[in-house]
Amino acid sequence: MSVALAQPENFYQAKRGLFSWIFSTDHKRIGLLYFYAIISFFLVAMALGFLMRLELIAPGETVMGAKTYNQVFTLHGVIMIFLFLIPSVPAFFGNFLLPLMIGTDDVAFPKLNLFSWWLYVLGGIFALLTLVVGDGPADTGWTFYAPYSVKTGTNVTLAVLAAFILGFSSILTGLNFIVTIHRLRAPKMGWFQMPLFAWALYATAWIQLLATPVIGITLLMIIAERVFGVGLFDPSLGGDPILYQHLFWIYSHPAVYIMVLPGMGLISEMIPTFAKRTIFGYKAIAYSSLAIAFIGYFVWGHHMFTSGMSGPARVIFSVLTFLVAVPSAIKVFNWVATLYKGAIDVKTPLLFSLAFIFQFLLGGLTGLVIGALATDIHLHDTYFVVGHFHYVMFGGAGFAFFGALHYWYGKIWGKMYNEKRAQIAFWLMFIGFNTLYFPMLVLGLMGMPRRYYDYLERFETLNVISTVGSWILITGILLMIINLIVSRKSGKVAPRNPWGGTTMEWQTPSPPPLHNFDATPVVPEGNPYDHKNNITEKA
Amino acid sequence: MENFVLANSGHNRDDEASKFGMWLFLFTELLLFGGLFLVYTIYRYLNSEAFLHASYELDVVMGTVNTVVLLTSSLTVALSITALQKGNIKLTQGLLVATILFALTFLVIKYFEWSAKFEHGLFPGMDHYDHLIPAEKMFFFLYFFMTGLHGLHVIVGGVLLGFVMWDIKKKKTTPDNFVYLENGGLYWHLVDIIWIFLFPLFYLIH
Repeated sequence: MSVALAQPENFYQAKRGLFSWIFSTDHKRIGLLYFYAIISFFLVAMALGFLMRLELIAPGETVMGAKTYNQVFTLHGVIMIFLFLIPSVPAFFGNFLLPLMIGTDDVAFPKLNLFSWWLYVLGGIFALLTLVVGDGPADTGWTFYAPYSVKTGTNVTLAVLAAFILGFSSILTGLNFIVTIHRLRAPKMGWFQMPLFAWALYATAWIQLLATPVIGITLLMIIAERVFGVGLFDPSLGGDPILYQHLFWIYSHPAVYIMVLPGMGLISEMIPTFAKRTIFGYKAIAYSSLAIAFIGYFVWGHHMFTSGMSGPARVIFSVLTFLVAVPSAIKVFNWVATLYKGAIDVKTPLLFSLAFIFQFLLGGLTGLVIGALATDIHLHDTYFVVGHFHYVMFGGAGFAFFGALHYWYGKIWGKMYNEKRAQIAFWLMFIGFNTLYFPMLVLGLMGMPRRYYDYLERFETLNVISTVGSWILITGILLMIINLIVSRKSGKVAPRNPWGGTTMEWQTPSPPPLHNFDATPVVPEGNPYDHKNNITEKA
Repeated sequence: MENFVLANSGHNRDDEASKFGMWLFLFTELLLFGGLFLVYTIYRYLNSEAFLHASYELDVVMGTVNTVVLLTSSLTVALSITALQKGNIKLTQGLLVATILFALTFLVIKYFEWSAKFEHGLFPGMDHYDHLIPAEKMFFFLYFFMTGLHGLHVIVGGVLLGFVMWDIKKKKTTPDNFVYLENGGLYWHLVDIIWIFLFPLFYLIH
């Protein structure tokens, strides 16, 4: 069984041709299919973001009018959330790495996995169709708040249908991962020998499974309301728009954790490797993922402090919101403690991880500011909120995604990226990101409302700074992508374990063979991050 | 070149995983309907008079008959699994045919029920419907939406059982390998249990 073959064929070589990809049931290929789709959508939404910042470089209309601006920010949100953030880490890194990390050759339901990719593509097509048919893309914001979403003439029905299909795809991915983790771990791998990324995916999968159906049915109700002209949420027809907001956020707040928890899992993988030190508080990090998933269900009301709720309800939601910060803080403290007295090797993935900690901290703490009842009244629907969630979602989840892209680049594509260019790109992104979003926090405190294409003159200076930041950030992102594309050709050949990682995906060749391993992988004894037990060769 | 294959492969047969996956999927279905039940409950609470008044329009006899039909079909599908386990393939197929026939009966009765409502002009956009007060409109719309979505699940469940029968015929589902039938049965029970909640909510509560 454990005879290693000298040069096994990698999974790219095993089969060839377009059909071997789009009808593949191999988790690695499906992961890559997701990746190429996800990154394309990311670039589209990034371009929309660029246009929005350009519009806001000066007061008054500069490059687009009010309605176009509304449509652009809606499409930006819909794509970034449903097509980039939610699938990015689970559907790409999760698919590619989970079976490798737990020492198996595929997910539990390979065909279902392919089906969920096809659903993703279908949802993506519907989202893009809103651009070309009828009265253009929805102008409601990604939240599709009723009653406006019921009344506007833009393509809300199509956009909502896209979100419904994408939700279904996300449910099936989550279902697949839960069963995979329960049933397919390597024979000797206990729950607390799983890598923390697997733990993060496990917690995320439960959220995907248990929260997404609620948004599914809510979006169907919006469609029904539009098609049949009945008033489920339209107050002029006896409906209750606040009920829509509840139903929407019952999913969409947990969905925030679908977006950030897997990113936290990636950080928990990268930091011990580059600190050359066992992760501090393994179990605390594992449990905190579950705690975030659990408490995250009960905080949705904090999106609605100003839209009409009883006093006691608001206090309860506020307290629960503060509670959810505790497990998040546990993670941050453990990551920092892991670095303490480590032999730190400053490589690009570590830089992204450190930027994650810094930016997530800012995003998390500003979240508490708006989780508090009194301050939220002042800051609700201002740029402070925009700054806050971009710090968590982009500065957090997005940076984790890009860091992980460098960390596992060799494993996935078999070549090493160019370190120098990657670091230049990182610094451009880091500086650009903070120049772009930090002024938004200040603008929000000054009272600039969100979702307008125009603003008062006294907000101009900070808006100009923010727009310049967007140019720096985009330059960084493009440089990073070019570097990764070029390295695919010119990079050095990646060894099995270029970073001295301790988890099981480093025991197999880069890229892995069709069935993932060329010999039965060795499950590390005890903690999976124990560098003393590092049985794989370095470089 | 020979490829190394692991013992714990995702491509191995694993009945427990299949059933686990099915149960998880059923949770999502329950939550899907859960959203509707929540909306129903809140509007019933806010407009109890109007909902009560509107509910008199529904045909309790037809609803009851349908409940009996669906419960019986759950019995036949459960029996079919035992029959297959005991190796009686003919009986299994007979019981599955009965289940699918019950499903069709349910749909035919539903068809007559809905037709009667259409004749009374109670569908959104129709004459009578447009003159109702908003809360009554809500009741009828929720009635059509929820029983319609349930009816869709009856169709899906019936088709699924049809595929299972095909598999039994092709000898892919056998007395040693019947997880596909078990999963089909689980799905059918879900269709049943949702109706068990829909029936009293719309027809019986006074």
